Amino acid sequence: MQKFIARRMVVTVFTILLVSLIVFVMVRVSGDPRTLLLDDYASIEDYDELTANLGLDKPLFTQYAIFLRHALVLDFGDSVVDEQPVTATILQRLPATLQLGLAAFIFSLVIGIPLGILSSVKRDSVWDHVGKVVALLGQSLPPFWLGIMLMFFFAVTLDWVPPSGRYEWSSFILPAITLGWFTTAANMRLVRSSMLTALDSEYIKLARAKGVSESVVVWKHALKNAIIPPLTFMGVTLGTLVTGSIVAEAVFAWPGIGLLAFDALRQSDYAMLQGIIIFFTLMYVGTSLAVDILYAYLDPRIRFA
Amino acid sequence: MTSTGEYAVLAPRRVSASVRAARLLRGFRRRNILLAFSVFILLLITGTGILAPWISPHNPTRGKLENQKLPPAWIGERTTAKTVVDFGQSPDQISISKAKRIKADVVLGDRIEVVIRGSGRTEFLLGTDHLGRDMLSRIIHGARISLIIASVTLGVGGLIGTTVGLAAGYFGGWVDELVMRIVDIFLALPLILVALVLVVALGSSFSLVVFVLVLFIWVRFARQIRGEVLQLKTMDYIALAKVAGASTPRILFVHLLPGVINTLIVVATLQVSIVILAESTLSFLGAGVPPPTPAWGSMIANGRDVLKDAWWISTMPGVAILLTVLSLNLFGDWLRDTLDPRLRQLE
Repeated sequence: MQKFIARRMVVTVFTILLVSLIVFVMVRVSGDPRTLLLDDYASIEDYDELTANLGLDKPLFTQYAIFLRHALVLDFGDSVVDEQPVTATILQRLPATLQLGLAAFIFSLVIGIPLGILSSVKRDSVWDHVGKVVALLGQSLPPFWLGIMLMFFFAVTLDWVPPSGRYEWSSFILPAITLGWFTTAANMRLVRSSMLTALDSEYIKLARAKGVSESVVVWKHALKNAIIPPLTFMGVTLGTLVTGSIVAEAVFAWPGIGLLAFDALRQSDYAMLQGIIIFFTLMYVGTSLAVDILYAYLDPRIRFA
Repeated sequence: MTSTGEYAVLAPRRVSASVRAARLLRGFRRRNILLAFSVFILLLITGTGILAPWISPHNPTRGKLENQKLPPAWIGERTTAKTVVDFGQSPDQISISKAKRIKADVVLGDRIEVVIRGSGRTEFLLGTDHLGRDMLSRIIHGARISLIIASVTLGVGGLIGTTVGLAAGYFGGWVDELVMRIVDIFLALPLILVALVLVVALGSSFSLVVFVLVLFIWVRFARQIRGEVLQLKTMDYIALAKVAGASTPRILFVHLLPGVINTLIVVATLQVSIVILAESTLSFLGAGVPPPTPAWGSMIANGRDVLKDAWWISTMPGVAILLTVLSLNLFGDWLRDTLDPRLRQLE
């Protein structure tokens, strides 16, 4: 167990280091930040002062160390565009992203799991076919296009929900579906296949043979065992929800971190972008580490895999 | 298998081409409708992609502004609201003299509903975009871009991944351990974010898109191939090859590679759809191949702000992506079940 956790921790640390290195190198490659930060009337003294402030007079390795030390306390400097501290802006946008992620997560569970159960219990019925179509479309629909189409039908044409922004509860619906669609289909597929395996097993035959009612067989005996693989998948899910939010937020002008990243890209706000990337990577890698450790604790088979 | 001792040392039996073809056909018949559909779409997309410069009806990057936002050919008539001005300047304005013919009592600054007749033209089958460029031609050229990106990415990524996977699986020990940890790190990289930072630093370009996608794709090959090799290398024919004095590269590429070729084909097919989706997502976000090159993702982004007047600009390229990815998934699933059913559990 300790060995497993240690190995996962090492991978996590190296992932973060790699991302920070990519970010650091890229920002240095992209050009001299001094020409961006100073205007045309700056004097040589201004230039030298800024050089010292940014630590650009030190060797590259030291610069990277300084960058890492600042990143460790989530200090990414000021935005190039509005000159506000990057971290403050990110933290201010964080709740919107988390709320949307939670809404999408709930959507994927509420739709995906029952549909998976239905299509496995009533095999080759209408529900099974609906499930298969959902599963296929989940892999094949580009999320950003799905978002735009939903917006076109339900907001622009039918005017049922607001087309963009974050206002009352109804403005959550379309972004949450867009963000959660892939996960819904994945949950459905996983539940369906693990339910089919469970329903085919000996203990279910025994339960049926001794006259347990069908609903108890399905909901109690089979589901209890079938729910484990989808649960394991949720760790992966949380990670994809974090990065998927860029697309969903860009489509629906949802004022979260994803939209912030999209805008930073268009304004070439490298300071903001590097902050967001490190922040997102920490969230992404952190959740998957936490989930992995939790499962290793719950299921001994994972520890020794 | 009666004389096990005699046959176990042999390499997996080579299946003759005709037997292989018969097997493929048998699988084909079972799900023929969907499969025929997907094969048809894939052939269509590949064909139009390859022949794009010769078959596209218009120049995909040049259009006349007077032709902007024309609907698809089958839509003859549409209504839009226009503001009444002295002289019509932009598409959402109408000159007062023309407006009086529709409604006699209009004044400057009013907004009136105007019926535009016959604006869908057969010369632009799928309509035109906000710059008057032909949608069909852009979709055809977009197919070409997707094809090129997918084949280059899979070629490079597959080559790197397969080589690394073969080596890691065969050598084992610390090489394997190191490679697998690197694979873990790459699997944990958030692709879109890495792509965004690279684009801001280096500017968007074709080679950057390919680089990012290769970065993302090679690990999937490496992991799968390594797993296969771990099983394959314990077989006696590998030991015999060693005894016979075969060099390491020879064992890797002549003895092990043919054994993983089915896996390679299946992984590659299933990865194409992932590459196409990822590429379109990047170009949607503005981090893909730079304009005016017509990429499906950026075409969808172009139409986003004019959904109300011109829904087809976003819709058509999306349909193209959906059909392509759907067909690739259907085809890939079938290929997997037919060539290498064991991969099913690894999904």
